[in-house]
Amino acid sequence: MKHIKTLNTKRLQNTVKKGGCGECQTSCQSACKTSCTVGNQSCENNK
Amino acid sequence: MIHQYKNNGFNIVLDVNSGAIHVVDDITYDIIADYESLSKEEIVAKLSAANSGVSASDIAEAYDEVAELEKNEELFTKDIYEDRVVDYTKRPTVVKALCLHIAHDCNLSCKYCFAEEGLYHGKKAELMPFEVGKQALDFLVKNSGSRRNLEVDFFGGEPLLNWQVVKDLVAYGRSLEKEYDKNFRFTLTTNGVLLNDEVMGFCNKEMGNVVLSIDGRKEIHDMMRPFQRGDGSYDIVTPKFQKFAESRNQDKYYARGTFTRNNLDFSKDVLHLADLGFKQISVEPVVAPENEDYALREEDLPKLFEEYDALAKEMVKRHGTDKEFNFFHFMIDLEGGPCVYKRLSGCGSGTEYMAVTPSGELYPCHQFVGNEGFKMGDVWKGIENTELQTEFKGCNVYSREKCRSCFAKYYCSGGCAANAYHFEGDIRGCYDVGCALQKKRVECAIMIKAAEAGAEE
Repeated sequence: MKHIKTLNTKRLQNTVKKGGCGECQTSCQSACKTSCTVGNQSCENNK
Repeated sequence: MIHQYKNNGFNIVLDVNSGAIHVVDDITYDIIADYESLSKEEIVAKLSAANSGVSASDIAEAYDEVAELEKNEELFTKDIYEDRVVDYTKRPTVVKALCLHIAHDCNLSCKYCFAEEGLYHGKKAELMPFEVGKQALDFLVKNSGSRRNLEVDFFGGEPLLNWQVVKDLVAYGRSLEKEYDKNFRFTLTTNGVLLNDEVMGFCNKEMGNVVLSIDGRKEIHDMMRPFQRGDGSYDIVTPKFQKFAESRNQDKYYARGTFTRNNLDFSKDVLHLADLGFKQISVEPVVAPENEDYALREEDLPKLFEEYDALAKEMVKRHGTDKEFNFFHFMIDLEGGPCVYKRLSGCGSGTEYMAVTPSGELYPCHQFVGNEGFKMGDVWKGIENTELQTEFKGCNVYSREKCRSCFAKYYCSGGCAANAYHFEGDIRGCYDVGCALQKKRVECAIMIKAAEAGAEE
């Protein structure tokens, strides 16, 4: 594309079927303890 | 839903429901803004008139690219998740993470401490006996179902005041792993005062992550993190933290600070930590009652936004050099991030995640500890207040009205229930200042990715 550059290929709608295993880290345990951030976490199934 | 913004010279378009992120030229940026309300012809006519240097055929070409992305479900994607997420949050819950309040006591007297210098509304200092911690680990294993990875954070107060019990509990946890097919991930949060070689060695062997509390510049750190007698702790903890970070190969730790109204120019504190050699940094906004003089106010937001922008720009500048570092709140995983269930179903407090007091009481999370109305049960009898648990289980993005229309909902999963309760009196509320900062951080984090992608071309 000439006008648009897409940064990522992962699409949330594709995670609907396989997602939800619950093995990922609890968001608050990482560093914050005062907020909630999930966008920076990793999916255990991708490891 | 689309969120479009300009930052550091980039035109960024986030297709909220698919998570697709696009960097576009100026004309496409304007096309996207009108795409849902005007026809192709109307857009071409409007933008031709407004942009003398751009031909109608160029505008039509850009329009077609937008249309193609829409067709591919990478722009203007619909939200198809609500029913699924509501079903998901009704699933049988397992407990997968505990925050063990190993010591309700502290050797510092930090002014912003939500734990009231470790006491958590308690009248006297209290250390968790080994037997309580052991029962907590048994409770966790017993209630974790088929979930293999279990997280246990040693928290306080200051956990090193009860160090032997920490070590004994790690050993006990390890002894359960094989029999029950579990993998414990231990973490520790410390103020560093009692840190020594023995503690570092043990943590490097056993702790998946350590959180090292340091606020940044000496005068800022010492102002908010003094000893009870009043003198600052910076000179004592900083060299120990530097050594600790090095001994962990600059990985799996955070130099973790808090900024307040006293240092609205917190980007300087982040850079101070970076210049001390820390590579994993998290400096986060204080969460404090509005009547505290150090609490962040709505009027501080423009200044804080400027600071996040300045920090993001500096990180772009340092990218690929030996001065680069990670900033926790700007970390965003565009390719390997969590599934949509995780993104929408909240932090898990009161359901998958709970805090355990030194005497074995269970609370939805560390921030509710000491608030009697939120006591859920204890590690011997388990969850007794099932009504409260159901309430927490129902927390997700769709249960919060303000989240529905927010572009950042897939990055914060509806925010922190404790913050919502403390500021709006309802765990399904929203803490507006926190939300504004979260949104700004998401924008900066994406801009950094755009800049890195550009640099790599």
